[in-house]
Amino acid sequence: MSTDRAFWKDRRFRMLALAAAAAAFLLAVTVLGSVWHDAALETDFSRKNLAPCLKYPFGTDWMGRDMFARTVAGLSLSIRLGILTACVSAAIAFVLGLSAAVMGRFADGAVTMMIDLVMGIPHILLLVLISYACGKGFKGVVIGVSLTHWASLARLIRGEVLQLKASPYVKIAEKLGKGKLYIAFRHMAPNLFPQFITGLILLFPHAILHEASVTFLGFGLSPEQPAIGVILSESMNHLAMGRWWLALFPGLFLVASVLLFHYIGQTVCRLIDPGSVHE
Amino acid sequence: MTQKTGKLKFIGKQAVRMAVLLFLASVFAFALLTVSPVDPLQTNVGQTALGSMSPEQIEKLKAYWGAGVPPVKRYLSWAAAFIRGDMGISLLYRRPVAAVIAEKLANSALLLFSAWLISGALGFLMGILAGKRRGGLADRIVTGVSLVIAGTPAFWIGMVFLMIFAVQLKLFPIGLSVPIGVAADEVTLADRLYHAVLPAAALSVTGISQIALHTREKMIEVMESDYVLFARARGESETAVILRHGLRNILLPAMTLQLSSVSEIIGGSVLIEQVFSYPGLGQAAVTAGLGADVPLLLGITVITAAIVFLGNMTANILYGVVDPRIREGAMRG
Repeated sequence: MSTDRAFWKDRRFRMLALAAAAAAFLLAVTVLGSVWHDAALETDFSRKNLAPCLKYPFGTDWMGRDMFARTVAGLSLSIRLGILTACVSAAIAFVLGLSAAVMGRFADGAVTMMIDLVMGIPHILLLVLISYACGKGFKGVVIGVSLTHWASLARLIRGEVLQLKASPYVKIAEKLGKGKLYIAFRHMAPNLFPQFITGLILLFPHAILHEASVTFLGFGLSPEQPAIGVILSESMNHLAMGRWWLALFPGLFLVASVLLFHYIGQTVCRLIDPGSVHE
Repeated sequence: MTQKTGKLKFIGKQAVRMAVLLFLASVFAFALLTVSPVDPLQTNVGQTALGSMSPEQIEKLKAYWGAGVPPVKRYLSWAAAFIRGDMGISLLYRRPVAAVIAEKLANSALLLFSAWLISGALGFLMGILAGKRRGGLADRIVTGVSLVIAGTPAFWIGMVFLMIFAVQLKLFPIGLSVPIGVAADEVTLADRLYHAVLPAAALSVTGISQIALHTREKMIEVMESDYVLFARARGESETAVILRHGLRNILLPAMTLQLSSVSEIIGGSVLIEQVFSYPGLGQAAVTAGLGADVPLLLGITVITAAIVFLGNMTANILYGVVDPRIREGAMRG
């Protein structure tokens, strides 16, 4: 038994260390990117269209901008936006999921309807609509991504609350005459916490991907911003000329950070709710 | 209540639900487009042109782009016309929205349908392979691949395909749905297929991960059940277990999954069509959004939402008709 426990402890530690390393990497990108914001915009026509080399590991574009700086700055922007929008979305999901299950049948029906509605319109089209409603640009992306990512998490939380509602200790609390709000926050919220945290972290990658996609289509951040979506949509014009590095490295970097976020989310899920691994 | 009326009632309930959702979706989309501060005149006519126009001309243009009518009245007249099949005139294409959507949808149909089928079939197979044995080699490979696909933006998959197969290997055309410089009536079916291969492949890849991961989960559930344990104890071979017990029990969830993946495929097509300059519905949506063509954008949203809701409703009905427990639950719930 003792060796088993040592192994588990070790593995726990190992998972934590790896997740921390991933988080540190993402943090470094975020900080570095905001510092390099100006370097990413600097043009220098003496070094335009360079293929990747030692000095410019990601090459340079047709205006002589350093693609490495641009990529890091773009990712940094994406990550900051992702954190903001994922938090808003998760908060909406929590409130709606909880109220759907606690406030009775009418509220439940309304929230379920809203979930179906948001999930029914293809996501990217919804983002385009909201972005258009907000007059495009930065505001449009933030509001669009925040308002469209809560549905799946809300559904999850609602399901969980419905289950909790049938559990003996909630029934007893009801019989003891406790109020609905009291039960929701004292008895249900703590149980929902692991799901909520994991759901929140797993929202980041989605938010980042959708921000990049909607920007790529031309509805998101403005072309002056060093955003990943802008970089990739600009590189579209140069693909046919064989300047593959303009699209390849920024894309790879984006995928890598999305996967790192996902990894952190799963690790956190396993650490705070080990039982979920066996479900 | 007899069983038959129960089924009919269930189907009727689903249909009403879909109609309500569609109505809400149209109200929602209309409201979003109405509150937009984007001025269609500024976007499409331009400041300089506006400056050189007489006030009467500007008034005329304003009426054309529909400025100044109260929103509720506008919605009601739009909805009344929509029910009769008239979705208004597209401001950018200067043709009826219904005609534009029909044409673009016909272009996209090949892309959407093939990607829908391919991603469904591949995802299903991968899911079964993975779920056969939790933690096995196949499981780890499939889960890993699916996670990477899920973490990759659809448009970038398209760009990578374009870089490898069109630019480097020169196997496929770089974009569009027909060859350049060929009259419309000389375009052969082979030309169209040839141009659709790359976008369809990219779109299929983006759709795989969801289906594979969910099928895997269901498969694991089945393979760890008591009846599979019993079948194994009886000495049934692994293939027999998968075919007889595994497949049968996940077919229904897999079908639901397939029907509800329509939304994702349509969403992905918006991005993929943009990458390949494929003149389909997705590209029309982007053009309409960028050019402030409100009637077209509204029409596309409602039509795609209808397709998605139809898929979801079919899934619900299939499930309810086949599985009485769901039906009963829905009646009570």
